[in-house]
Amino acid sequence: MKRIVKLIAVFATLVVVLIACGSSSSSSPKSSGTSSGSGSGKLSILAWPGYAENGSTSKDTDWVTPFEKQSGCNTTVKTFGTSDEAFQLFNTGQYDVVSASGDSSLRSVANGDAAVIDTAKVTTYADLADFLKAKAWNSVDGKIYGVPHGWGANLLMYNETAVTPAPTSWGAVFEANSPYKGKVTAYDSPIYIADAALYLSKTKADLGITNPYSLDEEQFSAAVELLKQQKPNIGEYWSDYLKEQEGFTKGSLVLGTTWQVITNGVKADTASPPVNAIIPSEGSTAWSDSWMVSTKSKNVDCAYKWINWITSPSVQAQVAEYFGEAPANLKACTETSDKDFCTTYHAEDKAFYDQLAFWTTPTAKCLDGRSDVTCKAYKDWTAAWDEIKGS
Amino acid sequence: MYLSSSARWALRAFTALVLIVLYAPIVYVARLSVNTARNYAWPPRGFTFEWWQKAFHETGPREALLHSVQTGLTATAIALVLGTLAAFALTRAKFFGRNAVSLFIVLPIALPGIVTGIALLSGFERVGITVSFSTLVVAHATFCVVIVYNNAAARLRRLSPNLREASADLGAEGWQTFRLVTFPLMRTALVAGGLLAFALSFDEIIVTTFTAGIGYKTLPLWFADNFSRPNAIPTVNVVATFVVLASVIPVWLAQRLTDRPGSAV
Amino acid sequence: MTEPSAPQVHGVRRRVARFFARHPRAALGAQLSAPGGWLLIIYIGSLAALILTSLFRLVDDPTGLVTKLDTSIGFGNFDRVISQPVYRAVALRTLGAAATVTVIDAVIALPLAFYMGKVASQRARRMLVVAVTLPLWAGYLVKGYAWRALLDPGGGAFQEVFGHSLGFGYASSIVVLAYLWFPFMVIPLYAGFDRLPDSLLEASTDLGAKAGRTFVSVVVPQIVPSLVAGSIFTFSLTLGDFYMNRIVGGTTEFIGNIVYRQFSVDLPFAAAYAVIPIVIMVGLLLAVRRTGALDEL
Repeated sequence: MKRIVKLIAVFATLVVVLIACGSSSSSSPKSSGTSSGSGSGKLSILAWPGYAENGSTSKDTDWVTPFEKQSGCNTTVKTFGTSDEAFQLFNTGQYDVVSASGDSSLRSVANGDAAVIDTAKVTTYADLADFLKAKAWNSVDGKIYGVPHGWGANLLMYNETAVTPAPTSWGAVFEANSPYKGKVTAYDSPIYIADAALYLSKTKADLGITNPYSLDEEQFSAAVELLKQQKPNIGEYWSDYLKEQEGFTKGSLVLGTTWQVITNGVKADTASPPVNAIIPSEGSTAWSDSWMVSTKSKNVDCAYKWINWITSPSVQAQVAEYFGEAPANLKACTETSDKDFCTTYHAEDKAFYDQLAFWTTPTAKCLDGRSDVTCKAYKDWTAAWDEIKGS
Repeated sequence: MYLSSSARWALRAFTALVLIVLYAPIVYVARLSVNTARNYAWPPRGFTFEWWQKAFHETGPREALLHSVQTGLTATAIALVLGTLAAFALTRAKFFGRNAVSLFIVLPIALPGIVTGIALLSGFERVGITVSFSTLVVAHATFCVVIVYNNAAARLRRLSPNLREASADLGAEGWQTFRLVTFPLMRTALVAGGLLAFALSFDEIIVTTFTAGIGYKTLPLWFADNFSRPNAIPTVNVVATFVVLASVIPVWLAQRLTDRPGSAV
Repeated sequence: MTEPSAPQVHGVRRRVARFFARHPRAALGAQLSAPGGWLLIIYIGSLAALILTSLFRLVDDPTGLVTKLDTSIGFGNFDRVISQPVYRAVALRTLGAAATVTVIDAVIALPLAFYMGKVASQRARRMLVVAVTLPLWAGYLVKGYAWRALLDPGGGAFQEVFGHSLGFGYASSIVVLAYLWFPFMVIPLYAGFDRLPDSLLEASTDLGAKAGRTFVSVVVPQIVPSLVAGSIFTFSLTLGDFYMNRIVGGTTEFIGNIVYRQFSVDLPFAAAYAVIPIVIMVGLLLAVRRTGALDEL
């Protein structure tokens, strides 16, 4: 019995030591978010991974702690993996701000979760690229609901050795008898249906698709059919970008939709085969993220402080380089550590931008202005995505 | 049972083979934690302690580890109390509805995590509770109860009722009997149950995804977060290896505590 | 051994004790109220709420911009689950995986647990128990990603060493899930073998049974409860899994993937689809209750 007691004592001690180690770390301001700064403000951020880094991933990646120090707002960060999660979490009212992509922003607005932005309080607003402001995905009826954060295009990436001739059309990923069967990839989200619709809008004119996010019954089923035809060729769908990067590096994927940051990652790896990323002849879909403030927020002051902070040139440069996207604040272009960064990401390239169809939440009321038909709402897109992926 | 020596050897070889398969991925991760390349490419290349050093200075994994231990200990403590009470009630008395109750107790572990997760989250939301450390602990304790319950109940079933009667005859009241007779005899079963409950809580991710509070990352959530980030893979491997190495202590201790011929009943 | 000295406390306690001794039902009620209340209110309450939600539906708001929850009771969601082939296919695929994983684990765990419980020396036994429990601490996701690296068709270990890999797909999901849940099968089985009296096996041998015969006719029936307990774990864990498909499953989807996706878009439908595993597991539990397996979990 004595030995047992001793063993328990040893174990208990270890646990206590472990906890002591831990709590000594959590008493530091960075990780706990409970101290530092002078004010008593609070802020709860809902963000894509990589948008609001507080040093919990890596000590060197941290622009939340300096914000806490500067603003006095104690900040907690919750990340989400998909726009659906973002929408659902933001709806709980526990978060003051969210970095919303276009495929969730309108839903939040219509749901009454997002507040109208007082642009006068956004000190950086004038510096943000004009082509990102007051767009379909961050404004409704002329009211601004989102402050642009950054954007990127969904490009077509291919392995230059394996894929010949080099593709120029999205047709390459939708081909029925693809020679690259099992090595094609696509973005894992219902919003990817828009990629098929965009392709059809240029190749099947009789469908009359003018906006890939505004699809009536017939247009929608054509897009869904195309994706079902594509499914057998898909090796893996991706939603976290390391997965795709790894696939291209190792050669298990050779063709599919991508983001600039992934392409950069593949190119940076010396062991990778040569890859190229293009905007095909049909154009591309794209994402543009905006910061939105919750209607239920009790910390509106801190929310605006955060928006001013995250859209300021130096922080924009940090986020953009860490995440790999075009910054919304063009003044950030002079502050990036890579001087060509904004060129690589086409941050100031209006012509590039005009080829893009930015993610917008599909709603039953057609976004392209048609009033004689009902369009497919996002919940129908999700049901169709079940059907495409589950089959 | 008589086994031919060739049968014994076959069993031994089979066991060895199973253990190799069981450990191969873990050894691979441990090897990668000292790999020079940052990715999972085969074969592993080079040797460096750089990642261990870096990981040691990171607060993220340490905090996640602390959170997992906090959650696990609290949930296990609750489960120990509730599970023991339930075991007493259900092994000693026969009453109407006993079968239904014993079925309810196993439900949280028998139903898939995704069901438990969304049920609890929508339940919390319905009554206006926002997710926090408490909801996480409540969720974990709920599926840990059955583990403690089954260990405690198995032991109680094997305890002779004579012991209780003897204790009562000697003038002990219920609490004294529990404290001086029953509890010491149940202790090893509670240790085993508690450890298993802690282990389950420690590695749980699906229910955790739904019920953890904002910014409160347990170790599995931290892993999930970091698998989708550039350059974090080596740190993940280090932390995983460290946890396996560190877990030898509680596992071995529990083994010593529960498998000693003298202490078992 | 020091007893509480304050006689008053002692007296109160004595009175309480006497009360409970005279009223065993009250004692039972007191013991059961905490765990019973906890499970009933928190868990069963939540499950009931979930099932209730599955009878609601989402409808398009007149503005056409948003969907709203319609809380009138209906079976539309279940209709959809049953009538749309994809949801049936996914459910069957998940069930198939759960059954296969369970069989694989049982076939491998039986001889191993037998060796651990009945053949190995006391010392080896202790080490083996530690050895099969330890992998549980390595982190589910970490092991998943390690398997991903091993299975990778583009230069993973299997590809490089054996020249062939399963790649990412349904088969890989099954293999990796069987690997992950293996300890949950071995532990109850080992406990079952450990409890099996040696005398029983000796008697069988004395009566002339060969080892194989003894194993099939004497050992297996005795450990059925443990086997069922282990199977409940492997079956249920597979039934609810969705992470591994993302890691090694290629384009495979299980019930969990769909519930997870629909949860944030169409909660009533997600709830309806989640009722499938609830029905399956409750049915399974009721079916095996008589074997005594529930005590072995």
